[in-house]
Amino acid sequence: MTGLLNWITQVIAVTALNLRTIRQRIVSSLVAVVGIAGVVAVVVAVLSMAEGFKKTMATTGSPDTAIVLRAGADSEMVSIMMRDDVRVVADAPGVRRGAGGPLTSAELFVIVDLPKRTTNTQANVPLRGVGPNAFGVRDRMKMIAGRMFQPGQNELIAGRGAASQFVGLEVGRTITWSHNTWTVVGIFDAGGTFSDSELWCDVEILAPLYRRGKSRQTVFVKLETPESFTRFKDALTTDPRLNLKVLRESDYYAEQAQMVVTLITTLGTLIAVLMGVGAVFGAVLTMYSAVSARTREIATLRALGFGGGPVVVSVLTESVALSLVGGVIGGGLAYAGFNGFQTSTINWQTFSQVAFAFAVTPRLVATGVMYALLLGLFGGLLPAIKAARMPIVSALREL
Amino acid sequence: MKYLPLVWRNLLRRKTRTLFTLLSIVMAFVLFGILSALNMAFAGNVELAGNDRLIIQHKVSLIQLLPESYRARLETTPGVVDVLHQTWFGGIYQKPSNFFMQCPVIPERLLKIYTEYVLPDDQKKAWLTDRTCAIVGRQTATRFGWKVGDRVPIQATIWRKKNNSLAWEFNICGIFDANRKGVDTTPMFFNYDYFDEARFFGQGNVGWYVIRINDPARAPEIAKAIDDQFANSPAETKTTTEKAFLTAFAKQIGDIGAIIRAIVSAVFFTILLVAANTMAQSVRERTSELAVLKTLGFADSLILLLVLTEASVLAVLGGAIGLGLAWLFALGGDPTNGMLPSFFLPNADLARGVLYALLLGLTAGILPAVQAMRLRIVDALRRT
Repeated sequence: MTGLLNWITQVIAVTALNLRTIRQRIVSSLVAVVGIAGVVAVVVAVLSMAEGFKKTMATTGSPDTAIVLRAGADSEMVSIMMRDDVRVVADAPGVRRGAGGPLTSAELFVIVDLPKRTTNTQANVPLRGVGPNAFGVRDRMKMIAGRMFQPGQNELIAGRGAASQFVGLEVGRTITWSHNTWTVVGIFDAGGTFSDSELWCDVEILAPLYRRGKSRQTVFVKLETPESFTRFKDALTTDPRLNLKVLRESDYYAEQAQMVVTLITTLGTLIAVLMGVGAVFGAVLTMYSAVSARTREIATLRALGFGGGPVVVSVLTESVALSLVGGVIGGGLAYAGFNGFQTSTINWQTFSQVAFAFAVTPRLVATGVMYALLLGLFGGLLPAIKAARMPIVSALREL
Repeated sequence: MKYLPLVWRNLLRRKTRTLFTLLSIVMAFVLFGILSALNMAFAGNVELAGNDRLIIQHKVSLIQLLPESYRARLETTPGVVDVLHQTWFGGIYQKPSNFFMQCPVIPERLLKIYTEYVLPDDQKKAWLTDRTCAIVGRQTATRFGWKVGDRVPIQATIWRKKNNSLAWEFNICGIFDANRKGVDTTPMFFNYDYFDEARFFGQGNVGWYVIRINDPARAPEIAKAIDDQFANSPAETKTTTEKAFLTAFAKQIGDIGAIIRAIVSAVFFTILLVAANTMAQSVRERTSELAVLKTLGFADSLILLLVLTEASVLAVLGGAIGLGLAWLFALGGDPTNGMLPSFFLPNADLARGVLYALLLGLTAGILPAVQAMRLRIVDALRRT
């Protein structure tokens, strides 16, 4: 018992001595801190991109909303539904009913070209033709500027994200695509969902322009309760007249996000590992120089009767402390520099632009700091062992 | 030259330290190499774009179809040498994540327009004569283990067949390679006539046109002539050079170049700090030794050169190993399996890497080298 107590006292004494003398090795310590801060900042920033994208996708899906596509279609873009299909979906069991009949919206989803603000090159912006119940199906939608489009008019409203990323989407402006001139009459907020990147107009206007006649691409459905989904799905998928696919909105968007999230995470992890290895080498160097600068001091301690264990622990603690500082700085930098940063990228599945914000979540910062600690631990290990193994006599003789 | 052994000995004096400095430099350059390859994959196709090729798409967006009848009119447009049209098929092989491009094309035109594709003679013959034939790029063939003679099922997402089925089957009768590094060999091509007859709707419509012109310098003029020709028709066109088209597409992904430059500079700055710190330390330790050298008559400039060489040797060695490793990694091809077809390390970036390594060595070494040069013998000898 006294042995253990004695050991702990030694650890505390040596570690305190170490930490107090960091000031004398300030340059090399700073190098380690900056190195680790850099790694954590970059890694957290890259991963926050994936996190932000995922968040956009996740908020989009509401549990009591379903999306109906043609069987075999993997995105709205390639789906097609005939007029009869649309009617059957509206009459299916489990669909919530509002004042104006069933809460369903049969929609078209096409792409138009608009210049992107940051690059000033043309980008594929999604244009959605919606029915009168579109706002009823998506209850998070609200207008934040201007007004809703008038049915039957060449008017469109733009999502908040789209308005900030692309040129020409201010209320009152007109846009011409081919022979059709549209007036932007309002900006809407879709609560950080996918729709924030979209332009909306009356589907009855859009359909003839794209020669779609009475066919539509998808039907969005508000369910009575989230549990009604199974009943609704079964009714449609067992109907022999239909060849449809029914998904919860949340599942659909999670699938849509898959490719981009995989890409960013794969690359992010690759960069994280490589930079991490580089930072470990940096930390090893720092700790080696710290140990060699204190050769005599450590030897003196050992001569006084301090054990090897406390020396190892003290060196490790110093290294971990430095990397903790680095990790916190790096996480802070990433948070300050990137959280909420608006950007947009292409979503491969629908071939169209999605606006999203980087999300530096507390969990992500914590992961970054944990990673920093791990790097510090690895970086300190070899030098710590070296310090403990130093032959006392020759070490005392050294300069 | 005769001082190289001295430089080498100095480097080996503290083996662990040298080793770890070297390793951290190696990692920096591995990262540099991989990020260069990534940059190439995201934006780089642009460099490979044929400057005599133009892309003609529907004015409103790429997803709008154009009539196949435009082909005859394009062929008679002055300056146009060859005309090819392509259509996005968007099929799935086994599961959606097995993504690759499939396009129906007119067989002989494909090979005339895309001269970078290389097909063995017997396979070329089959491709030009057999209507059910499909050819696939090497990368996709390797990925799914397809061989010539295989019959592959592709599930359509857009193009329903006349029998109301989404299941298409293609006979692989050729596998093409590229005659240049970085050319995307993931697409699969098949016969347009076969496709047009079998599909349920959309007959006579194609996705976009790729044309070859006789004089790249006249590209803007020809593009304008084409767009004017189809102005005020139901399907107006937008003609751009292949390069502009690919650039715009790459930019849709976001400014990858800027992100990569930011990361590389952050990493380099850090490594520079580490290396400079190590160099400075190793010079400090040798103060008395340097004084002895000076006493023996080594000129100040020679001392400066020795220290600088020491730093540069370490940096260039680390840089070379790092770039070599990155090059090996890039040889393995696309790390994401299909999303980044032209993932490779261009020679220009290799050369740039070596240059950066040298710069890194010089910058890291300059401060300690100047310190060493300025040492006054008497002070230095006394300091021990």
